[in-house]
Amino acid sequence: MGSTSLAELSNLMVYATLIVLSMAVLCFALDLGVGTGRRRAVQAQERRALVQAEARAGSGGGVEVRQRIETADVVDERWARIGLSLSTLAFLLLAAAVVARGISAGRPPWGNMYEFSLAGATAAMGVWLLLVRRRKEARELGLLVTLAVLLILGVAVIVLYTESAQLVPALKSYWLWIHVSAAIIASGIFTVASVASALFLITDRHDRRLASGAVTGGVTGAGGILDRLAERLPSSQSLDRVAYQMIAVAFPLWFFAIVAGAIWAEGAWGRYWGWDPKETWAFITLVIYAAYLHARSTAGWRGRPAAVIALVGFAAFLFSYIGVNIFFFGLHSYGGV
Amino acid sequence: MPTDVIDPLQTEEPARPPAIGFFGGLRWIWRQLTSMRTALFLLFLLAVAAIPGSVFPQRGVSPLKVGEYFQDHPTLAPILDNFSMFDVYAAPWFAAIYLLLMISLAGCIIPRCVHYARAMTAKPPPTPRNLSRLPAHTSFTSTSTSDASIEKAAATLRANGFRVRRMRDEASVAAEKGYLHEFGNLVFHVALLVILVGVAWGSLFGFRGTVVVIEEEGFANILTQYDDFTAGRRFDPSMFARFSFELDQFDAEFIASGPRLGQPADYRADVSLTPHPGAETTQEVISVNHPLNIDGTKVFLLGHGYAPRFTVRDGEGNVAYQGAIAALPQDPAFTSTTAVKVPDAQPQQLGFNVTVTPTAPFEVSEETGPKSMFPEQDRPRVYLGAWAGDLGLDSGVPQNIYQLDTTSMEQIGRKELAPGETWELPDGLGSITFDGLAEFGNFQIARDPGRLVALVGAVAAILGVMGSLLIQRRRVWVRASPDEQGRTLVTVAGLARTDAAGLSAEVDRLADEISGNGQSAVSKE
Repeated sequence: MGSTSLAELSNLMVYATLIVLSMAVLCFALDLGVGTGRRRAVQAQERRALVQAEARAGSGGGVEVRQRIETADVVDERWARIGLSLSTLAFLLLAAAVVARGISAGRPPWGNMYEFSLAGATAAMGVWLLLVRRRKEARELGLLVTLAVLLILGVAVIVLYTESAQLVPALKSYWLWIHVSAAIIASGIFTVASVASALFLITDRHDRRLASGAVTGGVTGAGGILDRLAERLPSSQSLDRVAYQMIAVAFPLWFFAIVAGAIWAEGAWGRYWGWDPKETWAFITLVIYAAYLHARSTAGWRGRPAAVIALVGFAAFLFSYIGVNIFFFGLHSYGGV
Repeated sequence: MPTDVIDPLQTEEPARPPAIGFFGGLRWIWRQLTSMRTALFLLFLLAVAAIPGSVFPQRGVSPLKVGEYFQDHPTLAPILDNFSMFDVYAAPWFAAIYLLLMISLAGCIIPRCVHYARAMTAKPPPTPRNLSRLPAHTSFTSTSTSDASIEKAAATLRANGFRVRRMRDEASVAAEKGYLHEFGNLVFHVALLVILVGVAWGSLFGFRGTVVVIEEEGFANILTQYDDFTAGRRFDPSMFARFSFELDQFDAEFIASGPRLGQPADYRADVSLTPHPGAETTQEVISVNHPLNIDGTKVFLLGHGYAPRFTVRDGEGNVAYQGAIAALPQDPAFTSTTAVKVPDAQPQQLGFNVTVTPTAPFEVSEETGPKSMFPEQDRPRVYLGAWAGDLGLDSGVPQNIYQLDTTSMEQIGRKELAPGETWELPDGLGSITFDGLAEFGNFQIARDPGRLVALVGAVAAILGVMGSLLIQRRRVWVRASPDEQGRTLVTVAGLARTDAAGLSAEVDRLADEISGNGQSAVSKE
């Protein structure tokens, strides 16, 4: 197969991914809509508490206990399961598209902004699917993750599209593999972490409203759409932990990407650090995530403030990834943007 | 250790409020500076302070753009300049932020080192009275005796890399693991200081300069040869490595088809290097991503362009000028401009405005002037505008070597020349021959003696932060006590510093291992 037709195949697979991913988004939305209206993580805890109660009280409270466990098991997971399957399919399609693109160009498939976005979207999907395998409740991030990836892909296809081509001389280096792939994987993890942080803010708000009596929770509890959404999400502690664990992995990786970039810059541009806009914003992103890690172990900064910092860090990351190429001219300006 | 850090493993007493008085006040200030809140604040400040450097042009990066900014914003620019907005990363306020951050960091690190050294030798703290209050705990009943169970627990924990302490007064063990967590944290923060030292060392003793070298010409590493040169405050020209090189050949390849038509594919410079005076000359290649390293001084290839060769004879028939002159590329197809100045021509000084096209258009547009069609040398042409009169070189005002000052000159004609062609100037003023097109390389020559220090710091920082974030320091306690049925109830519980995510699983796994075959029932909570 020629390199042109491979590039076309890659494009086709990206379109197919867009379709499959849209369907996945729909499934996850439906899942949120048809859930029986009780937070599953809470149910699990409740179930455990009831089992203990049963053990302690002997067979006395057994009937009531069993009834409530049955209600809990009735939760309809069909749509979430279909969404997850579609997401896996979308991930495989996207990964294949990236590989095809790389083969067609005969180089790492991240030589311009379009390819970087494709690879970053693949990384985000991959990171999330891996996370779901390890922790079942991470499936609840599905709607936002698939939406975010759909958005990235949409921007990539509509705004950033560049035809498969050779690289400018400065990019011809094995550091392209190292520096950019580290940045791509880190960006995927940051994306999933930000989804967890955003959802944490929603559940945390709900928790506080529950505590203050503003809402009562449950099927009949009053409250706006965010409260109803929160009831279907994992517990805020669990979301906070997911976000932290993701960032704890992505932070060293991001640091590594910057250092690898500096080593490369030393060879290509004659200095390892020159405050090029991309370098500056990568540094700002690093500093904000460092602030997040510190905030998480500082009295009075845990929880909501830390989650907000994580989201600010992601905003800085997004700016360093795309804003820099749009607003400033620097040494990282290539690939059509 | 900062006073506002949440640390469930912290067993020391919290800091008392400072005593009143001068030293108490100093201690208060020190404690504020080294508190985590201050560090957080300084981190934010650092992030915000770095932003203007990406918004406004920076002198250290592109001095030309700063000049343009001053022209475009004549009122705003001087105000911004007062706040060092064009030298953000060298600004006193920027330095103040990162130096305060480093002090805060050091103030955090030093007590932590002491604390860490103590923790390294200390035994794990005794078993808490109520293990079921800990975030991760599980228990099982065993038919072995309490002592045997604890013996087994201690062995299991040791095999799992825990530091183990048998309690004397009861059947229990205390264990701790993950000391590398704190060690990694310390390494990371110390490494940041090392990076800063490396950067500072490099900027004090290093230098950077650029030079244009035309094919068949050379460069010797002395100050006067540089076109542009900046050095650190502690740099001394006697530190120059005394090498020289000649550019034998320059090759640039361009993409000849497809969407990136005309973009560079690759370029390389073949040079003859003399590493120091009297040494043997070696053949070397400098290309993008592959600088030449001469004892720590590096020669990088930054860019390239064309240099037309001319021979100019004056009105008396003497060769008044012979050589190549670099032309500044104006567009991606390397339409380039320069000027030839012939002050020695008789009876009148001569000057030529030169436009170079490596691949000339078949027809020159009146509006845009000659524009090259492709960056490679395919149909090279030069377009000359000849001037006679006073070049103004003796006026003392520095001139741009790529431009002609025609204020006291008179234009005597225009001409297009192919290689080898000669143009006889009117009025017997002389002739000019276009001998061909050479290429030039734009080299950056730099020495940064701090870069290895910075690299070592960076690598240590990555390893350290990985240790700090991916290794958990945690404690595990096991207690065995007889239950009513005469069996032994064994409880395993754990406490982690950062979060208990993997801890429950680990405690469960340890409990399974400890229970081994003697287990009768495991109840997990």
